Amino acid sequence: MLHTTLLLASTRPALPDILVFAASAAVILVGAVGVVTSRNPVHAALSLVMTLFGVAVLFIEQEADFLAAVQIIVYAGAIVVLFLFVIMFLGVDRSEDVEVEPLGGQRPLAYILLGITLAGILAMAATSHWVTGAHQVVGPIQGHITASSSSPSGEVAQLGKQLFTTYLFAFEATAALLVIAVVGAVVLARRPPVPQDSESERAEGKLSS
Amino acid sequence: MIGALWNTLQTAPDQGGGDPLFVFGLNWGVVLIVAVKVLVAFGVLLVATALMIWFERKVISDMQSRVGPNRAGPWGLLQTLADGTKLIFKEDLLPDRADIFVFKLAPYLSVIPAVLIFAVVPVGGTITLGTHTFELQVSDPPMGILFVLAMSGIAVYGVMLAGWSSGSKYPLLGSVRASAQVISYEAALGMSVVTVVLVSRSLSTRAIVAAQSNGFWHWNLIRLGFFPFIFFMIAITAELTRPPFDLTEAEQELVGGFHTEYSSIRFGLFFLAEFMNTITMSAVVVTLFFGGPNGPIPHAIPGATIYMPIVYFILKTVAFCFIYVWFRAALPRLRYDQLMDLGWKRLIPLTLAWLLMVASVLTWRWWGLVMLPVVVVSAVLLFRANHLGSGRSEEDAIIPVVGRRVTGAPRLTPVDAPHGGDA
Repeated sequence: MLHTTLLLASTRPALPDILVFAASAAVILVGAVGVVTSRNPVHAALSLVMTLFGVAVLFIEQEADFLAAVQIIVYAGAIVVLFLFVIMFLGVDRSEDVEVEPLGGQRPLAYILLGITLAGILAMAATSHWVTGAHQVVGPIQGHITASSSSPSGEVAQLGKQLFTTYLFAFEATAALLVIAVVGAVVLARRPPVPQDSESERAEGKLSS
Repeated sequence: MIGALWNTLQTAPDQGGGDPLFVFGLNWGVVLIVAVKVLVAFGVLLVATALMIWFERKVISDMQSRVGPNRAGPWGLLQTLADGTKLIFKEDLLPDRADIFVFKLAPYLSVIPAVLIFAVVPVGGTITLGTHTFELQVSDPPMGILFVLAMSGIAVYGVMLAGWSSGSKYPLLGSVRASAQVISYEAALGMSVVTVVLVSRSLSTRAIVAAQSNGFWHWNLIRLGFFPFIFFMIAITAELTRPPFDLTEAEQELVGGFHTEYSSIRFGLFFLAEFMNTITMSAVVVTLFFGGPNGPIPHAIPGATIYMPIVYFILKTVAFCFIYVWFRAALPRLRYDQLMDLGWKRLIPLTLAWLLMVASVLTWRWWGLVMLPVVVVSAVLLFRANHLGSGRSEEDAIIPVVGRRVTGAPRLTPVDAPHGGDA
């Protein structure tokens, strides 16, 4: 199982691999274009889900099943649902007015950045392996992949071990960041303490009577 | 006895190497077998759903001392078929303010995850046909149980988009309720599944079943100490938005909830998805906690190793379908704040505590019980914090409360109140 991934650079991929790649690439591209072009935020969010599914299929095709499942659970199942939730709640589900530019000169800047990114990608594709961008993908990556990772649950075990040993600091920092974000959201979302609800009215009623 | 229980935690399970069908690569025989598996599973699931609808109506009628459907076919068995035919030939309505594309898409987004979950449920053992050996399971991916979680997370899109695209108020309220509810209970659901994964040491559904073989005392229900099963049942009932957690379609408050504007076969698809989900989730509960198709096999009968597991699987699944119907007949619907309290303040801390206990016992054997005081102390702290938080008024809050809390009974505001009753 594992060696098929590792030898991808040197051998020609089989027909099913090509078919899966073509189908999921088409799904990803259609979704990505949809995110950018659709005027309605809900349609854009749906296109994003489509792209995420396409990427998940590509992960499975590369035998990164765990990553694919996490991608669907976290991104499609939670984050985009929250996007939609906010869009529905705030009632911004109308077509955006794109005539007024809030930020002057952002369009030329966007075109310039697009050009630079595209040139970078093309340069990388010309000088290295075209799928991953790595200069070579033959052989284990930094010796992390051992024999045990060829069993299906070995992948998860490896990931967990790396996460709680080598990358423990990054993991803890992410956790702290998330907590800070939640606290920040609560602080930002709180109402100014203006007496406007029934409790303050009740207090006033007590005073007057 | 405790030692025996410990030994059940230590059994080396099947690591879930995937379906043996693909060992020799792809050829036409393999493709044919996969196609037949998919078609049979789909057909059986559809028939089972029709029977489930009939079963639910009959059982609930019995519990309410009514007769229930009794006209179409013997004991009303064909009632679902008649209803389905009616739904197909009914006029298809499109609301004026609907978002047409999403409105048409939503029912399919509801049905597809419901069908797909069944693909990873092991229904029986393995069969050898000629040179091909295959598992009685549509697909056995290495991340099987995560696939179930992913699909149950995706299922919310159907409900959510149906409510939004209808372009009217009640469906929108229903779908907002549904999405908040499903996201809230997903955490508890995931953590109770993690306890199962910890003792099974694999994410593959077939490996989880294999780890529970050799007698019912190896079932995760007993190995994990009953509580994860209870948490899972509560979370999955909320995830399915079945009674008593069916606030998304509370008739008294929301007319029909998210499917108010739907009619004809589009409504039928939502209906189908709901009952199909009930069956597939019963099957998932059986897989995770009740050993799936495991059971005593009488070797005297020829072929028993093939069909007895299927029989056990069906019996266990039907038992859980019955329990869901029983819930519906017996329990009144929760209020929305009660639902959120149960999910966030009780279920998530409880599943987290149990997960810690299981993990530490697996790591340190009986020394793992030192986690018990930790769990008890944090539970007391959490309870105290909840208690303080709920009794606090706005005046002595450190930071002003977010939103508005309605404490006590609603007060009648006089019409000529000085500040105008905008509450």
